[in-house]
Amino acid sequence: MGNMKLTLKVWRQNGPNDNGKIVDYPVNDVSEDMSFLEMLDVLNDDLVRKGDDPIAFDHDCREGICGMCSLFINGEAHGPGRGITTCQLHMRKFKDGDTIYVEPWRSAAFPVIKDLATNRGAFDRIQAAGGFVSVNTSGNLVDGNAVPIPKDDADKAFDAATCIGCGACVATCPNGSAMLFTAAKVSQLSLLPQGHPEAKRRALAMVEQMDKEGFGNCSNTGACEIECPKGISLEHIARLNREYLVATVTKE
Amino acid sequence: MASKGLFGSSLVKKYWMALTGLFLISFLVVHVTLNAFIFFNDGGVTFNTGAEFMAKNPIIRTMEIVLFIGLIAHIVDGLMLWSQNRAARPVKYAMEKGSANRSWYSASMGILGTLILFFLIMHLWHFWVKSRITGLHHYGLDAEGQENLYGAMLEVFANPWVVLLYVLGCFSLFWHLLHGFKSAFQSLGLNHKRYNPIIAFLGTAFSIVVPTLFALMPVSIYLGWIK
Repeated sequence: MGNMKLTLKVWRQNGPNDNGKIVDYPVNDVSEDMSFLEMLDVLNDDLVRKGDDPIAFDHDCREGICGMCSLFINGEAHGPGRGITTCQLHMRKFKDGDTIYVEPWRSAAFPVIKDLATNRGAFDRIQAAGGFVSVNTSGNLVDGNAVPIPKDDADKAFDAATCIGCGACVATCPNGSAMLFTAAKVSQLSLLPQGHPEAKRRALAMVEQMDKEGFGNCSNTGACEIECPKGISLEHIARLNREYLVATVTKE
Repeated sequence: MASKGLFGSSLVKKYWMALTGLFLISFLVVHVTLNAFIFFNDGGVTFNTGAEFMAKNPIIRTMEIVLFIGLIAHIVDGLMLWSQNRAARPVKYAMEKGSANRSWYSASMGILGTLILFFLIMHLWHFWVKSRITGLHHYGLDAEGQENLYGAMLEVFANPWVVLLYVLGCFSLFWHLLHGFKSAFQSLGLNHKRYNPIIAFLGTAFSIVVPTLFALMPVSIYLGWIK
């Protein structure tokens, strides 16, 4: 085991309707090679042994690709460090004796389920509102690879498609805006020829759903781009702004 | 589809914010240019000629109404965005390190805008009310026999506290523009690798040059650099 001693200030909330509060937990024997989630596992192990309720937090793949882990650590989404999720954050980023705040994503659209786990279903509903390409399945399907696509466009679409929907953009944004997520999901399709036919409808429908969910409004602070574990660019937000503008002005 | 219509959605609010913001920026260009006539240091004669033209020209007077509408739209739209953004995060973070990922002024546009509004109320009281409503008779005529708005400037800027408030107003404007100029282009979707550096440069240059020129006016009068 390791030799770091830490004090965690963790948000404990017994359910969606509980008020919740910050609770202090001393954690000993933390190795600098642990990931942040492994450190929480150790703490939870301890809590279970004592008969306490373990801290609920989201996690799944633990290799930075699923988008399940969240956590606002010491005032930053996924903690200090850039281009990483919380499962990729290692305890070597902290020092012996540090006090670490651990809070859930704070957004009206992401209600807390328990402790640090939030319901990010709002993202699924934005996606379902238009983040797809309708495919003709009647037997005359065109092979996607048969459609020529400029390399630059394909690269940009792929960059947008790397969004894992973790919600760090919303958590970080001083306005709680979901524009980076929505813009990435719009861009990954609208940059490709297969996405063109539904582009206007998609931009209108996804923004409408985004507004319905209670997210805030983008004010271009650029905070989301910096905290995004996948480095999704603000360029995509501008693209969504552009597409929505054209769609709004030209819709019948 | 967008059932909220042309004025309701978050993005449309941002378009209005950007368009009214750019319109107000265009007004600043006219305002700072005309006011800079005081730097001819000719007892305000050139400045008064310009001021009289602005006061009498029917197109300018019409644009003045449009300007007030644009300003009010910018404020109302801003308040709507601000209240929605507050509602989007009902529980605040116990620990939030905003400095890690954003400039303080980009996240303080509402507060900076409010400071500018307070400044504007004072500023309108000092000059607009006198030149458009109560009249400038008190200041007599200038060397060319024109209405003497410059005389009002000399009187207002003799007070060091007023000069200080004007300089603070210019600082608020500087930070508001430093984010607002670039932000307006992004909101309208005008983001392009080739042109972004030009927009950023113009935005920064504008934010420095215009408020500096404005701030120099009360300072120069107070210190007697121009008479």
